[in-house]
Amino acid sequence: MNSQYHITSFCNIKNNTVSLNGSVIYNDENNDFLEFIKAAYKSFETDYAKFFKMDALSKLAFLAADILLKNEGLKQEEENNIAIVFSNKASSIDTDRKHQNSIQNKEDYFPSPAIFVYTLPNICIGEISIKYKLFSENSFFIFDAFNAQHLLDYTNSLLATNKTEKVLCGWVELDGDHYEAFLYLVTNEGSITHNKQNILKLYNT
Amino acid sequence: MEDLKQELKENIVEQLNLEDIAVEDIDDNDMLFGDGLGLDSIDALELIVMLDKNYGIKLTDPKEGRAIFESINVMAKYIFENRTK
Repeated sequence: MNSQYHITSFCNIKNNTVSLNGSVIYNDENNDFLEFIKAAYKSFETDYAKFFKMDALSKLAFLAADILLKNEGLKQEEENNIAIVFSNKASSIDTDRKHQNSIQNKEDYFPSPAIFVYTLPNICIGEISIKYKLFSENSFFIFDAFNAQHLLDYTNSLLATNKTEKVLCGWVELDGDHYEAFLYLVTNEGSITHNKQNILKLYNT
Repeated sequence: MEDLKQELKENIVEQLNLEDIAVEDIDDNDMLFGDGLGLDSIDALELIVMLDKNYGIKLTDPKEGRAIFESINVMAKYIFENRTK
């Protein structure tokens, strides 16, 4: 099926490697996820202290989004008309478990507000929206597996109904040691046609 | 009191994930919120939990924290006078 929309750029983060448009831009084989994502963040020289306060899922989503949006030449002092459509399987289970552990023992019951605020997956969208002043549509879907068709249909609908000029979409999954981010930006222009076949191809890059 | 101030600085840096701030960079009179360390409302809630967990001080009104968390000096004095553990 032909599409009038295009994928302008895409970012993959998995297996201790960060790739932009299919090219490796950061790799660090020796660290666990939290050390890896912190080292990757520092290597890209993003000056945003709130990054260190985020939970693991938000750090993953934020870094992938930041790499893509940095390339867009956005004016950070202005509102940007970019919608966000994310998805994953594990929701916010990684942080949910941390919160559960903090309230498990009634004799040692000290839930952390800083952890509790991340017990929803779409909080990561908020983190990106705050940094880039995005006030447009946003959604976070939970699927059993990466669902290219749903992302395609939802994104095309947002663009076709003029709800937004661009859509940042994809998959941000994190559960314990397993993590994987695949985000891509869809607009009217670009070299890669926005269709299911291409989304799946880039996801598996 | 000096030990308590040092302990507070270490706990604040570690528990509030102040990655870019070293313990030795925090002056006893620095404002913890606003233009000082730049802590936010979630940090304030974390400090309230820290008072309860580490020192047995329960703040029932979060607004009380505004005065207590002004600086390390003010916080240490309050803890010294009110701690139950």
